[in-house]
Amino acid sequence: MLIKIAAKNALSENDVTDESVYMDRRSLLTRMGFLGAGALLSTPSQAGIFDLFGGEEPEEVALAKLQYQAAAADPQTLTPENKVISHNNFYEFGTKKTQPQQMARGFVTDPWQLTVNGMVNKPLTLDYQQLHKRLPLQERIYRLRCVEAWSMVIPWVGFPLADLIRQADPTSKAKYVAFKTLYDPEQMPGQSSRFMGGGIDYPYVEGLRIDEAMNPLAFLAVGLYGKALPGQNGAPIRLIVPWKYGFKSIKSIVAIELTDKQPPTTWNILAPDEYGFYANVNPAVDHPRWSQASERRITTGGLLADNRIATLPFNGYADEVAHLYKNMDLRKHF
Amino acid sequence: MLKVIIHLCALWPLVWLYTQAFNDGLGADPVKYVIHFTGIGALNILLITLCISPIAKYFRQGYLLNVRRLLGLYVFFYACLHLTNFIVFDLQFDWPLLWGEIIERPYITVGMAALLLLLALSVTSPMAIRKRMGANWQKLHNWIYLVVLLVCTHFIWSVKSDITEPLIYFAMAFVLLWFRKDKAWRFIKFFGKHRKPQNGIKTTPKS
Ligand code: HEM
Repeated sequence: MLIKIAAKNALSENDVTDESVYMDRRSLLTRMGFLGAGALLSTPSQAGIFDLFGGEEPEEVALAKLQYQAAAADPQTLTPENKVISHNNFYEFGTKKTQPQQMARGFVTDPWQLTVNGMVNKPLTLDYQQLHKRLPLQERIYRLRCVEAWSMVIPWVGFPLADLIRQADPTSKAKYVAFKTLYDPEQMPGQSSRFMGGGIDYPYVEGLRIDEAMNPLAFLAVGLYGKALPGQNGAPIRLIVPWKYGFKSIKSIVAIELTDKQPPTTWNILAPDEYGFYANVNPAVDHPRWSQASERRITTGGLLADNRIATLPFNGYADEVAHLYKNMDLRKHF
Repeated sequence: MLKVIIHLCALWPLVWLYTQAFNDGLGADPVKYVIHFTGIGALNILLITLCISPIAKYFRQGYLLNVRRLLGLYVFFYACLHLTNFIVFDLQFDWPLLWGEIIERPYITVGMAALLLLLALSVTSPMAIRKRMGANWQKLHNWIYLVVLLVCTHFIWSVKSDITEPLIYFAMAFVLLWFRKDKAWRFIKFFGKHRKPQNGIKTTPKS
């Protein structure tokens, strides 16, 4: 069956004229500056876009292209787009890695409402348009380390979380930031069926300490690979906390609340001995059921191309974030 | 003829699997894919193997019993591939990590126990050895009931939170054990007899 799909891909690629590919790349080039475009073009996944236009699934809408400031060139090999959008942990759309891509087809994200409230002086509500317009968009190439010991390198598009929080003007009482995913069982089959949703109590919630949230690395992504986020990657807006395990990076956010108490977080509620509130990437603290000392980096190629590499403290972002945890026992606060 | 079909059914999926795997045709994480495919494959064949004697008995098709050995060996073969995939593609020959995983991760320990039992059953499967072992052969091969429970436990412990599928496998295993509940019960009693008395009556009080 997979053979057939591959053949179809090849066809749809031929269907697209060379010129439109060229024009598309050219407009990207002019818009983003040479370096960023170079990083994008060097991956073979560009063709993935065109799959979406292919006649196969008519309900699939083309993802909007975003205007943003491109990231500087990055020596790391990016995870190709087709793998970023087909290998997802988003239990709202099924617990199998490939399910969200199927199940999130037709997920409606416009209209959308994201509220920022709680202990703030200027509560905000952003609609879909404002997610892309309110703050200038920039590209960030981040490593994403899943708690399941695999990782990807992904070019996100979005804005620093701190910039949005600052606009809401937190009061001095605010110590934590709580996040919540959309609750919509009609659209999210995992929320309406215990069997599909992996036994999680929905809506999915996450949280950060305020100093973590204000760290320049903490990022709200509205896109990846230059286009609006696909549903399975957490459209229309998601958190990226690159020094923490992937489950902290909550998807499809509808509410951000500033509070004075440590907010509950979904995986911690489900299995407190396996997933802590902090969930910083830490090769020295194993998951009770598997080692976190190393990870498999997902890039291109088949079985043999897969690399096992050492996992770094704070996922390699220690210089930027280690100071946040200076006097903490990270074995206890895992 | 039946055996030819079994060979084809067991080998063809593997040809497909590895062709796809080496050509990047198995999605984003081919390593997990091949591990899961061979693991589930081994468990599926194991359950099919356990279906044989109830079916043969019910339909009085004695000749079916002859394929149990072949199927059993394929269980072992798939399980070996499963472990090989894990070592070669996942751990990438990181032997200290493998050793650490075997002793530290309960689900791997249980998987290893199941694999060693399968090894014991496989090496004693030739007719000549079977004849030589006499009644002990049956006693040894009754351990397959433990293997199926170990593998289901291995499965349920290996998943992060979605235990639906392993629970379905547990249910199927229990149904198959139910068909031979007398024998299984004797096996458990035999097992109990050979343990130290204080372990035999341990009821793990929780308070
Ligand atoms: C030394 C022995 C073994 C090792 C190291 C091992 C290792 C593993 C690993 C790493 C996984 C994947 C966990 C994950 O999702 O990350 C797994 C899953 C599994 N294994 Fe094993 N295993 C062993 C023995 C066995 C045996 C003997 C069987 C069956 C006869 C078996 C059947 C399974 C099944 C059914 C799964 C679940 C697959 C799925 O989630 O789709 N394993 N094992």
